[in-house]
Amino acid sequence: MSRGSTLAEKIIGRAAGHAVQPGDLAVVAVGMAMSVDSIAPSVIKVMREEFRIPKVADPEKVALFVDHVAPACNVSTAEGQAEVRRFAAEQGIRHLYDVGTGVCHQLMIDRGLARAGEVVLGSDSHSTAYGAIGAFGTGMGATDIALAFATGKTWLRVPETMKVELTGQLPAGVMSKDAILHLIGRLGIDGATYRAVEFYGAEDLTAASRITLCSMTTELGAKAGMIAFPQERLAEFGLPEWLFADPDAGYVHAETIDLAALSPQVSSPDDVDNVSSVDAVVGIHIDQVFLGTCTNGRLEDIHAAARILKGRRVAPHVRMIIIPASDDILKQSVADGSLISLLEAGATVSTPGCGPCIGRHQGVLAAGEACFSTANRNFRGRMGSPEADIYLGSPLTAAATALEGKIADPRNYL
Amino acid sequence: MARVWKFGDDIDTDQIVPGRYSPYMTSDADLPKYAFIEFRPEFPKEVRPGDVIVAEDNFGCGSSREYAPLALKRCGIAAIVANSFARIFFRNAINLGIPLFEDPAAVQALNDGDVVELDAAAGRITVGGRTIELRPQPRFVQDILAAGTIADYIRDHGRFPGE
Ligand code: SF4
Repeated sequence: MSRGSTLAEKIIGRAAGHAVQPGDLAVVAVGMAMSVDSIAPSVIKVMREEFRIPKVADPEKVALFVDHVAPACNVSTAEGQAEVRRFAAEQGIRHLYDVGTGVCHQLMIDRGLARAGEVVLGSDSHSTAYGAIGAFGTGMGATDIALAFATGKTWLRVPETMKVELTGQLPAGVMSKDAILHLIGRLGIDGATYRAVEFYGAEDLTAASRITLCSMTTELGAKAGMIAFPQERLAEFGLPEWLFADPDAGYVHAETIDLAALSPQVSSPDDVDNVSSVDAVVGIHIDQVFLGTCTNGRLEDIHAAARILKGRRVAPHVRMIIIPASDDILKQSVADGSLISLLEAGATVSTPGCGPCIGRHQGVLAAGEACFSTANRNFRGRMGSPEADIYLGSPLTAAATALEGKIADPRNYL
Repeated sequence: MARVWKFGDDIDTDQIVPGRYSPYMTSDADLPKYAFIEFRPEFPKEVRPGDVIVAEDNFGCGSSREYAPLALKRCGIAAIVANSFARIFFRNAINLGIPLFEDPAAVQALNDGDVVELDAAAGRITVGGRTIELRPQPRFVQDILAAGTIADYIRDHGRFPGE
């Protein structure tokens, strides 16, 4: 019996040139493949030495970012970045986004490199973010990215799709980050392994909030996270007219989240699915607050923090580090005054990029310290010492926490 | 003769090789020294070529870093048997030619420190005189592993598996 297609099946089918079913292996055309400073040197090496293919298939379909350790923090990272620049020049790759332009995923979306209806690959696991603008975005390792650079293609196992329906409106003090943390707490960090996740009822959230949702489906093990836009509103969102999930599409599983019933959520060490309502962790001492990353470093996130911190002071013992996800976001937050209110509250700012998200620079943690972060992972040792603790939550919760110097409920400050 | 290194659920790529020890931050040649450096510090010192990793659910979750499986390959890990694998780790390991087996029954039968004999090509592992037939891998995985790595496969066949 034939049935309709999910978004993942439609996009993969078009990129493969034939209809596909979950479980099929498909060789697909890649709309854009990207890599970042920490991985690109390996990609280049694998392309040349393993595949022995000297040229990328199409320089227009390759993007390179210097964001993971930007600017370089030691000679080894500086050499890696120099290699990326040489490669871009030699291959005629004009999509090179160097130090200070921002986090790869933000730029992939903002600069139109990830396009609706295409299969887009990144050498970084949070490439699922592109589902927010209608692309099938997925993360792969250096060898797969090298192959995509060299051939313009990749192979995929067509995933089963899971449906997540959002109902109601987010209450004051609650953000899309809380919704996705709640879902991860419910399903566990392997709750969607090998699957695509399709969100319904997300079209009226802000664009930034939709990126947060899709980005963090990676923490469910998902292959892609997609927003299902209603067919009658595709034009309004600038999406191709075929990019809707068929009403009779097949889903392996369905979940519903009542946004109206959510409280601010916090993920406690050491796994992202260790999620509770903020009430359960209020009062835990925090040394550093990090506002940034591809998950929550956008303008609305800076605005959310500024709403709470404007005219107030961060607790004296707290280091609050803000890293806007891109140069544009940095400039806008300067222009609209939100950044100055955070600086006046005692925060500091670093170069747009990944910052301390992976514990390499700009805010590495010492043993015994605790960080409250708006990022997406709290694995032991991710931000520095394996003896440090990482808590994850929304920008609002991060701001309230910075204020008190211990985990705090943002609803008390709105 | 090889030994089993057994792990639990949700072993993430930061546990396999913390980001701070990546070849980007340090030197590529040192990579095998950093396998499980913080999570299980005796591992890089005591692991021997041919050893087998056994793990429960969702092995390799987290980032897309290929140097996680690469570190294990360079330590000489001959196969990984788990209840399940995280998807990027699965691709990366297969691409690098590390045999992976999803087989909960075998995971249950194998314990940390067991001395085993593995025949990865035949999908067979022997422990304490008992031979376990591992669950067969999907066809395309067998094809890649038969060639060696995905690079070997593409060079030999001039096309993708299944194309
Ligand atoms: S901000 Fe963090 S999660 Fe996002 S791409 Fe950078 S390192 Fe990865």
